[in-house]
Amino acid sequence: MALRVKALESLLVEKGLVDPAALDALVDTYENRVGPRNGARVVARAWTDPAYKERLLRDAPGAIAELGFLSMQGEHMVVLENTPRVHNMVVCTLCSCYPWPVLGLPPVWYKSAPYRSRAVIDPRGVLREFGVEIAPEVEVRVWDSTAELRYIVLPERPAGTEAATEDALADLVTRDSMIGVALVRLA
Amino acid sequence: MNGIHDMGGMHGFGPVQAEKDEPVFHEPWEGRTHALNRALGAWKKWNIDTGRFGIEQIPPAEYLRMSYYEKWFTRNVELLVKTGLVSRAELESGRPEPGSALRTPPLRAGGVAAIALDRGIASSVEPAVTPLFAIGERVRAKNIQPVGHTRLPRYARGKTGEIHLDHGVYAFPDTSAHGLGENRQHVYSVRFAARELWGHEAPARDSVHIDLWDEYLERA
Repeated sequence: MALRVKALESLLVEKGLVDPAALDALVDTYENRVGPRNGARVVARAWTDPAYKERLLRDAPGAIAELGFLSMQGEHMVVLENTPRVHNMVVCTLCSCYPWPVLGLPPVWYKSAPYRSRAVIDPRGVLREFGVEIAPEVEVRVWDSTAELRYIVLPERPAGTEAATEDALADLVTRDSMIGVALVRLA
Repeated sequence: MNGIHDMGGMHGFGPVQAEKDEPVFHEPWEGRTHALNRALGAWKKWNIDTGRFGIEQIPPAEYLRMSYYEKWFTRNVELLVKTGLVSRAELESGRPEPGSALRTPPLRAGGVAAIALDRGIASSVEPAVTPLFAIGERVRAKNIQPVGHTRLPRYARGKTGEIHLDHGVYAFPDTSAHGLGENRQHVYSVRFAARELWGHEAPARDSVHIDLWDEYLERA
């Protein structure tokens, strides 16, 4: 593949169809600038600021843009709150839809056939493979991202973090917890 | 189309295999392929729905064999030829055809920050487009078998659910993918009980929420 991609890129550059410096900038953006740390900041703020959380659940793009590191125009986002009664989990069964601005690019497993096929029919089994056991009385809600809406999960704040700072809380929040296949645990 | 990409509810693919500390790109060519896709998208010769349909048209056995970015590469080569940006002869020789015009790329490095954080998918509140359904209404996903692009998964067809959220107005993928117009209409999050989708052995409280367009739904 490396040779085929290189050959295509050379041809496209030679024809003036793409700018190689723009390609470098794109690779750098997704490798270094956009990723789940952005989402973790949003979660930590929601855990520590009830008014912010209220705005986030009502108008996710606006509340995420408030934190200043994202331009959220054009793409609509919905934040799904996990509670003691509801566990949310996100999938795209048809392709690989994922909230790039807050989580970066999706991991391979999220785009893989096992996850896409089973997340909707056996979410509890999939969660078990991630080490998460959801009690029978808790409702599991799976969100199949079939349109241009992007979902992120607001995980439950772990007990024992009452005194933690927002920065310390952000460090606890994992990518998988914002997809809904993990719980946030004390390190 | 009833393609291999429409995997929701299938068995046999085995356990989910998560990689610890996974890099964003496993090899440099993956990053270049991702970047090429964005840079070529700036020509606006195709839209997101056309692009998705391009991947769906990869034959099933190939679709399952190929890695994710291999599928992107294959799709982009097809779209480049189909839209005339590149000819088959150029792909084979690796060089521009003699006398072909030198173009100017629409996306320069300075423009990357703006587009990288904005996927540019327009949705909006458009009072002129009336929603056909209201929140709380019972609806059935139509039992239809489009041969073109669609975002109505097979596992939902014929099933009954409830309008949970109205997301506003979006282009309709089934026409937008094929150059037949945006046909903008409301998209809803529709809640289906797990038992409605999968039968009585599914947990009673669990549910699947699917984003569906007006034209996929009928009153139940």
